[in-house]
Amino acid sequence: MKTGGKLMKLAISDEGFIFDPETGNSYTTNPTGLLILRMLKEGKGEEEIVKALTEEFGAEEEEARRDLYDFLEQLRAYGLVEGV
Amino acid sequence: MARRYEKPVIHRLHMGHTNKFGFASPYGAKVRKSIDGVPIEELVSRFGSPLFVFSERRLRQKFREVKNAFTLRYPHVEFSWSYKTNYLDAIVAILHSEGATAEVVSEFEYEKARRMGIPGPKIIYNGPYKPIDSLRVAVSEGARINIDTFEEIADLERVADEVGKRPKVAIRVNMDTGIYPRWSRFGFNYESGQAWDAVKRIALGGKLDLIGLHCHMGTFILKPEAYEIETRKLVELAYRIEDEFGFKIEYIDVGGGFPSRNRLKGIYLPPEVAVPPIEEYAERITTALLNNLRPGDYPLLILESGRAIVDEAGFLITTVHATKRLPDGRRGYVLDAGVNVLFTAFWYHFNVEVDREVSGAAEPCVLYGPLCMNIDVVEDRAHLPPLPRGTRLILSPVGAYNVTQWMQFIRYRPAVVLIGENGEVDLIREAEDISDIVSRERVPERLKPKS
Repeated sequence: MKTGGKLMKLAISDEGFIFDPETGNSYTTNPTGLLILRMLKEGKGEEEIVKALTEEFGAEEEEARRDLYDFLEQLRAYGLVEGV
Repeated sequence: MARRYEKPVIHRLHMGHTNKFGFASPYGAKVRKSIDGVPIEELVSRFGSPLFVFSERRLRQKFREVKNAFTLRYPHVEFSWSYKTNYLDAIVAILHSEGATAEVVSEFEYEKARRMGIPGPKIIYNGPYKPIDSLRVAVSEGARINIDTFEEIADLERVADEVGKRPKVAIRVNMDTGIYPRWSRFGFNYESGQAWDAVKRIALGGKLDLIGLHCHMGTFILKPEAYEIETRKLVELAYRIEDEFGFKIEYIDVGGGFPSRNRLKGIYLPPEVAVPPIEEYAERITTALLNNLRPGDYPLLILESGRAIVDEAGFLITTVHATKRLPDGRRGYVLDAGVNVLFTAFWYHFNVEVDREVSGAAEPCVLYGPLCMNIDVVEDRAHLPPLPRGTRLILSPVGAYNVTQWMQFIRYRPAVVLIGENGEVDLIREAEDISDIVSRERVPERLKPKS
């Protein structure tokens, strides 16, 4: 999954508060979103993230995958990840 | 598994912006797990989704509330049920059992009212197009006919000769009561003298008994003052007619148009604030009557209220089928019910409730229907937490117009159920199937598929 360098620059707190030092924008996310962001920063791929969502939160695999795509679309809409 | 799953969301924080009006709680949505004590899931498992649900208790309660507002203030009142608002047999049966007569605007509605056991004299026949065959039936059966055009006067005189009866008629009048838009296309205009010409024409013919005056100013009228002006003008016209032509005006029909507690698009305030209580309308109308009527004269006041009575008794249960993220960042939901069954979605923002607690912050979203049509938007600014597939939404109020104006377009129309005052749930209209749609079609022999 190509996420670009933007993500690496974000400051992410344990509570899900996110600060973008480039733009000064800040965001808030929930525990599942936080997990996804952390894993993306670590360079983890789709399969690993879906697996983590099902293991840590008990999500159904299909729903977790669907929601991961949706979350990536949200990140893209905010310009926090690049490309398709 | 340590933590509860919640759909991942990220929201940008806007510093320095506070919401002036907190129209929705940021966490969670309004939850409705049942209607009149019957669980949503039970209704769906028995009758499917989408599903229209009517509450007999709410309907009777509202009818009595509206009726009492008028009967407490004026001694001689008739409520005539506006069939076009909702003509499901079970619904009109409830209203007739409460004492409502029938207000119909087509031969179809006339037939439906007769079928429900309403005799001709208890029917008011309105509308701009009344085919002459339907006038023959209405006159023979003694219905009251509110005339809309000069041609209709001529038609009724012809029918009077044929049937050998003097039709009991009123003229519909349109007028300036200070509201916009003015419904000037129905009936005869007051200010221009057209209404007076119609009276003269009826007197000249000598075959019709002019016994009433009718006006229906518009719909969802939020200005009670307009009704006061309307009523005063009708009373003045009535006495002018009585004095100059000797017709006794026995009824003043002020129509309907009272709003329900629905959020009209373009109106910022919530309905609890924007919609005046029915008592205010009743007060205006009855005050105008009592201030302008001659001593001892109490003509029948007729009300054709529809929406204000039935809208809040109706709910639609619909199911989230799919989710998509729109390019502008909003979430979109695909529901199994759209504008095909929710005609009023074009002008209302419905009250949207969810059948379960859903965790997560509410976000702006769009509710789309199932049609393959761009216009199929049920709600373009809902505020809901991320909803899993299969979540039921309960939309309300939807009791007025939707089950009469719904379209059989692409999909079958869903079932309609009634929750009785006794708590029983009855199917009052079956869901359609293909036989409902093709039963009247005919394929020429040469085009029939070869089997």
